[in-house]
Amino acid sequence: MSDVRPRPGDPVITPALIAEHGLTKQEYERLVGMLGRTPTFTELGIISALWSEHCSYKHSRPILKTLPTTAPYVLQGPGENAGVISIGDGLAVAFKIESHNHPSAVEPYQGAATGVGGILRDVFTMGARPIAMLNSLRFGSLDDPRVRYLFSGVVRGIGDYGNCVGIPTVAGEIVFDPAYANNPLVNAMCVGLLHEEDLIRAKAEGVGNPIMAVGARTGRDGIHGASFASEDLSEASDAKRPRIQVGDPFTEKLLLEASLELIKSGHIVAIQDMGAAGLTSSSAEMAERGDVGVTIDVTKVPTRESGMSPYEILLSESQERMLVVAKKGREDAVRGILAKWDLTAAVIGEVIAEPVYRVTEGDRVVAEFPGSRLVTDCPSYSPDARESSAIADLRAADPFAIPERPEERDPAWTLEQLLSAPTIASKAWAYRQYDSTVRTNTVIGPGGDAAVLRVRGTNKAIAVKTDCNGRYVYLDPRVGGRIAVAEAARNVACTGARPMAITNCLNFGNPTRPEVFYQLKEAVAGMGEACRALGTPVTGGNVSLYNESPSGAVYPTPVIGMVGLIDDLSHITRATFQRDGDAILLLGELGGELGGSEYLATIHGKVLGAPPRCDVEREKALIDALLEAIRAGVVSSAHDCSDGGLAVALSECCIANPEGVSGAEIDLSSHSALQDRAILFGESQGRIVVSSPAPERVIEIAAKAGVPCARIGRVLRESDTLAIKLPKRSMRSPLARLRRAYHETIPGIMARTPEHATFDELAPVAAH
Amino acid sequence: MKFGIVTFPGSNCDYDAFQAVTDILGEEATYLWHKDHDLQGSEVIILPGGFSYGDYLRAGAIARFSPIMQEVAAHAKAGGPVLGICNGFQIACEAGLLPGALMRNLHLQFVSAEVRIRVENSDTMFTNLYDRGEILRMPVAHGDGRYVAPAGVLEELEAEGRIVFRYADANGSISADANPNGSERNIAGIISEGGNVLGMMPHPERACSALLGSSDGVRLLESILARVAA
Repeated sequence: MSDVRPRPGDPVITPALIAEHGLTKQEYERLVGMLGRTPTFTELGIISALWSEHCSYKHSRPILKTLPTTAPYVLQGPGENAGVISIGDGLAVAFKIESHNHPSAVEPYQGAATGVGGILRDVFTMGARPIAMLNSLRFGSLDDPRVRYLFSGVVRGIGDYGNCVGIPTVAGEIVFDPAYANNPLVNAMCVGLLHEEDLIRAKAEGVGNPIMAVGARTGRDGIHGASFASEDLSEASDAKRPRIQVGDPFTEKLLLEASLELIKSGHIVAIQDMGAAGLTSSSAEMAERGDVGVTIDVTKVPTRESGMSPYEILLSESQERMLVVAKKGREDAVRGILAKWDLTAAVIGEVIAEPVYRVTEGDRVVAEFPGSRLVTDCPSYSPDARESSAIADLRAADPFAIPERPEERDPAWTLEQLLSAPTIASKAWAYRQYDSTVRTNTVIGPGGDAAVLRVRGTNKAIAVKTDCNGRYVYLDPRVGGRIAVAEAARNVACTGARPMAITNCLNFGNPTRPEVFYQLKEAVAGMGEACRALGTPVTGGNVSLYNESPSGAVYPTPVIGMVGLIDDLSHITRATFQRDGDAILLLGELGGELGGSEYLATIHGKVLGAPPRCDVEREKALIDALLEAIRAGVVSSAHDCSDGGLAVALSECCIANPEGVSGAEIDLSSHSALQDRAILFGESQGRIVVSSPAPERVIEIAAKAGVPCARIGRVLRESDTLAIKLPKRSMRSPLARLRRAYHETIPGIMARTPEHATFDELAPVAAH
Repeated sequence: MKFGIVTFPGSNCDYDAFQAVTDILGEEATYLWHKDHDLQGSEVIILPGGFSYGDYLRAGAIARFSPIMQEVAAHAKAGGPVLGICNGFQIACEAGLLPGALMRNLHLQFVSAEVRIRVENSDTMFTNLYDRGEILRMPVAHGDGRYVAPAGVLEELEAEGRIVFRYADANGSISADANPNGSERNIAGIISEGGNVLGMMPHPERACSALLGSSDGVRLLESILARVAA
């Protein structure tokens, strides 16, 4: 071991400094025990980042281990930059989702943009060319001007970054609920395509191999971003704006091309993004995976400005940087490839046999940790888990005890209210700002149940989607976790794809609170049940805890990113009605539940009741039956029933595509045991609206699979109405009104705020 | 016929153009690196879409100084076909191969959508397989697509039939609603005085497959073949 002493000018290690670095007393003692001495300021900074929740998963690791992660086609499960599955023909898909919630809460444009940049790098460092971006966004109510500022900033940030790099943004979801008012969720997912033989892992190997910093220079931005992301948001968060990184998509595009060329060249053994906790975590993680030691000289790191301390260089989260382990002797070849793209590469360290993580500043050792398991030798916690009794009471409440409002006598009124609820209404205002067609693979873009991308050189396509209903998870985390997976699977299945695997982003509150930790544990248990039943293993993901503001925690929101495979391009199926005269069928049971519905939230301002039941075996049978019907060529369209229930699903089938509007006639009058409002707006799971020219065949296939299936109406291309007969009454909705509600709501609301309102014009977090 | 597709740093539709030429048209294509001075015998040059140099100064303003652009300009001057799509249209304007300029979209937002354009002149080397007045469907995806030019230039373009495409609605009428970016006179594409440089904001290379929504762009590429071969 080396002699490590404080640098001249380093602050003295005091309890206050330790607390400022987010370490508990026990964690600090563990650090001292590990070193056998007092840490230096630099070492404290390193551990503060590595043991932050964001890097260490110290509260979630034991829970995540319960998830299924294997299938014959999984080439890379959790623990790498991204998961990878084989799709046959020697091709594979790499994909991963990640959060950028905290930065986006303070600086929406850069927060979202750098979230996109980071997840892109996670995918192309596996040797995959990114082919699609998705994003899963949660905001407060759009009536709040600051929420509109956050929403428009996040959308512009996502668009400007992805558009410039030239990766289509093809799908996602946007939910508005007061639960996310001061703590928006911004999750970005990237999907890439690679030849199996090009798969590369971020594992440092080969004693003597040089470690190189590649891409942009290191500056003083984003220092301690990982720690910032691992604490509650507060009045003080705005002051931590310097912890937020600034993105440069142009450099990212160059880095993408250079990195793929580098991987192809065979000059390198490993590559990893310098993401959260920058150089520190990328080097520590690569060393740990390879079970080797590393030494890094910070004076060799190309910096943007002089005078940066080792602490700053190690913890900077400047964007568009990569850490590469090159083969010894190939340094110049690596530099040559980077130079072609006007980027730099510098040797900053070496893989060593000695099991130690060492940082030097020239000859002086400024940090040194024994062992090569710096990241996982972190504390691991299993705090108390206890359900909040207030939430249990909400779940026990009977939604049917809520009387109908007088306006509900005409269900068409209720339907229009729901279609204009921002969570349900068309999100074209946002996705029109995203290039969704670049790279010419997008068969179904934003607005469908899932996006579909053809795979060039094959007759296959992949379907991708993100999903989660946080309200369900809030009311019952076990069931909500199941539903998140099941809904994502149904969505990709509706396009004709077999669900293959998931990535997940667990957005929760502060895990040291027992009611939050209970939600985390239960939701992951529910996800695991659904993943096992549906045969969709987890290949990786991200955990974002401490999503709390002074007004409380967000809804527990485990976002699922699903990838499905379509074996034959002719099986690609759309959500909207396609052919005049087709029969409309409901696959699955009508249900009749109301708990946790958008109806209760929008019409009655209530979040209560048990969320819909979710039987994962039945979900599996439903998906199998749907796919068999699609493969048999008897399905014209398929659309999942989710927020807003059957009536909203049917409306979307009629009007979601402004270029191809159809009317429909529906008869549900025989279900007299159920309340009209539950038939129309209840959100029972496991239901898909299918249109078909051969309904008997669909019914036969469903019966064989043991899935209920009923003919409920027909498509009338020329009709200008959606007509639904109910047990107690009937409704007729002019399509023009449904279209207005669905398509014009969000543009109308967003026109209220000038596009370029400055930050100062809008109240900061503290004022709320 | 050999197509040369210029790759600037930040180009991101070069691949799509390459695929359209090789896969759909079945012709030869090669990437031309921005730092080179060699067109490699290309008979048709495509300036593709993207964000050359990040669009950081002004879209296309830096790319025009790329070494390869000297050769592209010489090729255009000699009457060789040049097709500038999206960012390529912006570069062609900045380089003086076409008049006018592309400004920030009027609504200040990036716009990604399928639009309709009306063929205003079917007597060009890029449009001879279309009918005049025909309505085509193609994607647009840009933040700076609002075509502007001095009134005199616009009149000249009109008089000489050099406005090749205008944004239109499904019925072919040239309305403000059909205009995705606020372009003057709904201009979506213009051609040079010599008739050999076409700049357009919509993406014909993304409209080459019914599977992806439209194959209306194929005939634009085929038109070049038909004319140059003739």
